Amino acid sequence: MRDVAVVGFTQSPSLRRETDRNEVEILIPVIQELRAQTGITNDEVDFVCSGSSDYLAGSSFAFISGLDAVGAWPPICESHVEMDGAWALYEAWVKIQMGYADVALVYGFGKPSMGDVPLTMALQLDPYMMMPLWPDAISVAALQARMGLDAGIYSERDMAERAVRDRGNAKSSDVAQVKGDFTVDGILADPYIANPLRKHDCAPISDGASAMIIATADVANRLQDRPAWIRGFEHICEPMDFGVRDLNASRSTEIAAEKAGVRSDKIDVAELSAPFTHQQILIERALGLDDATNINPSGGALAGNPIMAVGLSRIGEAAKRVWDGSADRAVAHATSGPCLQQNLVCLLEGN
Amino acid sequence: MSEPSLTAPHQLSYTYKRSLGPVFSKFFTALRDRKVLGMKRRDGTVLMPPKEYDPDTGESLDEMVELADAGVVTSWVWVPKPRRQQPLTQPFAYALVQLDGADTAFLHAVDAGSEDKMSTGMRVKMRWADETIGAITDFVFVPAE
Repeated sequence: MRDVAVVGFTQSPSLRRETDRNEVEILIPVIQELRAQTGITNDEVDFVCSGSSDYLAGSSFAFISGLDAVGAWPPICESHVEMDGAWALYEAWVKIQMGYADVALVYGFGKPSMGDVPLTMALQLDPYMMMPLWPDAISVAALQARMGLDAGIYSERDMAERAVRDRGNAKSSDVAQVKGDFTVDGILADPYIANPLRKHDCAPISDGASAMIIATADVANRLQDRPAWIRGFEHICEPMDFGVRDLNASRSTEIAAEKAGVRSDKIDVAELSAPFTHQQILIERALGLDDATNINPSGGALAGNPIMAVGLSRIGEAAKRVWDGSADRAVAHATSGPCLQQNLVCLLEGN
Repeated sequence: MSEPSLTAPHQLSYTYKRSLGPVFSKFFTALRDRKVLGMKRRDGTVLMPPKEYDPDTGESLDEMVELADAGVVTSWVWVPKPRRQQPLTQPFAYALVQLDGADTAFLHAVDAGSEDKMSTGMRVKMRWADETIGAITDFVFVPAE
């Protein structure tokens, strides 16, 4: 395996609604800031890969416009995934591992405020068995949450504790959307929006973008005193049908964590992108995390949820803690699909 | 320039029909005839929805078996304000329902009237549309008792 590290990361603020900027205009300053942070210019980048969803933009090939933020002249080598930018990062990492690139620029972006996101998410379900019923994403998550509560896997108090923790951690973030001092009892006194989910159990919907540069050792050691080396990188997908999956665990995260070597040593920091509090609990358990790990110091997905960038941002937030020395080993997580169908685990280590 | 400009009708739609494949074709044809078919796995358990391949082993499957039109709710959520696209105009529940004869639950809607009529473990049965067309929207569930 080639040594590859995260050497640059930038992100826009997570906003409920970007009123004056389109997707490209959100992305442009993020890319510019990344260039300023790293000094890396287009001619040094061997591969560009992005993650976004045409379903959020409501038009086909909408992702092409994102390239205007990067600049595609002289011609560049680029690719796109209709997934969170974390999976674009995975593609870039594979490209580097295969020897086709040494430096890659990766970005994720989305402006979900243009549509009804919970309903748009129904389009990712089985097109014959589920999509015609238009189950919105919050209802689908609530089906999973109730199953876990019925089985005693977690309690509503456990769920509320995650919201309090993450929104409290987010107070130190300058990009988070939902932050502040909340109490478990205060949250539990709130009404349900989709029983057993309360508003605080759900990640916000955020417009936003993030971008990252990863590079092999020569470049990484030049740019960073403490590069965030990618020591494990795996993603696993479970079947689509809810009835054949264990919704009270995240088996794919367990397998990905095992393959990535997460449990072979302590984890100082974890950044998780599960968009519902009960899913945070399932991911924490699948990764084997306990009080020894600082979980979601940035606030995680529950504090800011730029759809299609939130997973990449978790990897970036984990990398920042390696760069500044507050973590020797950090794990980041991204998810895709209903009820944690597909999960990605990225293990980062300092020198 | 007295000739009128040329016009042509334009309907935004797919210009082709899509095959549902060997399993869903049988499933939805049976649904039109108000029957529900599941897929028996090699170990004897029955998948609903039916699948062409076993999701765990990848084995090819082809033994479809008829299931009951009633079953048990394994999880549910109340939808107090249905969106325009959703299957019922009045408040309803989405639920995971395991049909009698099946070993897996699938997602559908329950027209229960009010949230307090819903509970995990309750029995539900299918209420068919007046006209069935071979779609998952050909029925909704209602409380069985």
